Amino acid sequence: METLIFLIFAALALGSGVVVVVHRSPIYATLSLVLTLFSMAVLFVLLGAPFVGALQILVYAGAIVVLFLFVIMLLNVQQEEGAHARRSAQMVTAILGAVVFLGMFWLAYRQTTLPATKPLTEELVSLKGLAGALFTDYLLPFEIVGLLLLVAVIGATVAARRPGSDTSSPKDDYVAEDPSSGPVLPREVRS
Amino acid sequence: MNSDLIVVLVKYAVMFAVFINVAPIMVWVERRGAGLIQDRPGPNRVGPFGLFQPLADALKFMFKEDVTPALVDKPLYLLAPVLALMPAFTTLVLIPFGPTITVGGRTTPLVVTNADTGVLLFLAISSLGVYSLVMAGYASNNKFSLIGSIRASAQLISYELALTVSVLAVLIPVNSFRLTDVVAYQQAHWWQWNCFPQILGCLVFLIAAFAETNRLPFDLPEAESELIAGFHTEYGAMRFALFFQGEYSNMAALSALGATLFFGGWSLPFVHYPDNLLGGVLGLLTLVAKIAIAMAVFVWVRWTFPRFRYDQLMRLGWKFLLPLAILNLILVSAMTLAGWL
Amino acid sequence: MTVPVSWYLLLSAVLFAIGAIGALTRRNGISIFLSVELMLNAANLTLVAYARQWDQHTGQIIVFFVMAVAAAEAAVGLALFIAVFRQRRTIDVNRMNLLQG
Repeated sequence: METLIFLIFAALALGSGVVVVVHRSPIYATLSLVLTLFSMAVLFVLLGAPFVGALQILVYAGAIVVLFLFVIMLLNVQQEEGAHARRSAQMVTAILGAVVFLGMFWLAYRQTTLPATKPLTEELVSLKGLAGALFTDYLLPFEIVGLLLLVAVIGATVAARRPGSDTSSPKDDYVAEDPSSGPVLPREVRS
Repeated sequence: MNSDLIVVLVKYAVMFAVFINVAPIMVWVERRGAGLIQDRPGPNRVGPFGLFQPLADALKFMFKEDVTPALVDKPLYLLAPVLALMPAFTTLVLIPFGPTITVGGRTTPLVVTNADTGVLLFLAISSLGVYSLVMAGYASNNKFSLIGSIRASAQLISYELALTVSVLAVLIPVNSFRLTDVVAYQQAHWWQWNCFPQILGCLVFLIAAFAETNRLPFDLPEAESELIAGFHTEYGAMRFALFFQGEYSNMAALSALGATLFFGGWSLPFVHYPDNLLGGVLGLLTLVAKIAIAMAVFVWVRWTFPRFRYDQLMRLGWKFLLPLAILNLILVSAMTLAGWL
Repeated sequence: MTVPVSWYLLLSAVLFAIGAIGALTRRNGISIFLSVELMLNAANLTLVAYARQWDQHTGQIIVFFVMAVAAAEAAVGLALFIAVFRQRRTIDVNRMNLLQG
């Protein structure tokens, strides 16, 4: 049963990962990233990390990817244009690179032998163990990450600010200023 | 293992039956309630007191012509209404609807899955509801739908923070993420319902729940006078019915969560339910009654207050509600440390 | 049968390779970003797999931090994209060549 679940969601993760990388439309790529994140959350739960799995859906799929979608829709990012002739050469190089990488991985992995996996313990899966370790052994990194997030929020706010405008103007901050850009129809009506 | 699966399926069937009937009943309640508040009769033609109005609406939705506009993004357009239902019907597996009962020699807590990270999963899955909005607005090939869906998704992820922090404050004295533990905690203390010591958290949750479900006073993304119908402008007939059902089911799911976290869930104050089938049925009825009262409050507020403008809405979410929720978290932590909670 | 941890490691290696191909091949800035997120997720899977193998929490906690850092990076990166888009009106990374010799 566990093998079946692993195979299904691993195949789903691989398939949607390929779609993320290959698909030309950014919206479809982002939505298949959601699918990849969801299947990886299931794999995390299979590995005895339900908290990490729930966090993956809550933070990654529920917030980060929504941010991506916002930016794509606001900037009207279109599909990549042109230069398909060069694309096949790129693909061949890319696949060669991937084969080399996987070969290196296999060589490195062959050197080490992992001992047999012990069955899942309650200590590993339970939230109390994770929270205990997080707030005692890893308290300093936790605080530093909090500081990092604060810095990132400030940085993002400053970077995305309209140049030369007052920061607290209540008019339409969420729509692009120039009406000829900004949220545009995905497909214009062709007459 | 097989009988375990059957027990789980039966429990899911019970919760599903509750949630699938929310939308038809709410159609009637919404329109009669609107009439009551606005001093007019409301629907009263179709059956006594208009009770068959939902049936008439359902027939109308089924037989209406299903028009798909020409230049929509077909896969996303077709997928969005289906995804509107997904969060509500997935999160209902986490809501406990009765005590631990013993039926036919088998003891089982009346919740479909008693996950260790229950509340977190609930919040995670309900945060996925934003995708149906985004897809509907983007695929519709309509400027107003796109703006409506951008606004709706921004609103959703903003108020989700206040919701999450207020829920976290409830979990601090309980020491667990499981919803059954939250109900047991409430039963074990003299105040019986969490809304009394954590009134601030309860209010924050209430306001954030209104914003999360796109209900007035936060329904600018789908307001009729503002953006035609917002993100579901281009959807007719059955697809609109699916969005409709999704919205009401979302309301019911959040009401169930609020009832469980703040109002004792399936338990009544100072009443001990027997641990047989009767106790289970009583627990379910209590939970359904609380959900019904919460939905009535939703309807009441909708027809009473004017709508927030979008910038007022975002300012409220970030500059008022989130700091309030964090203040609540600090207060509850302090009270727990002091041993009062 | 318990799924051996090496299968998870192989899956994460393949996902990482796919993400790396995407990050190196695409021209659209957002697509590069998505591929980088895929790579980060592959790394998360490796960490959680090893946490399972050695029965320790460290892997899961590092994943916690990686997710926070990824969120911060996504926010700042997308803000930068918006700022660049205002100037250049394109996200094509081949066009961002002001420093080209």
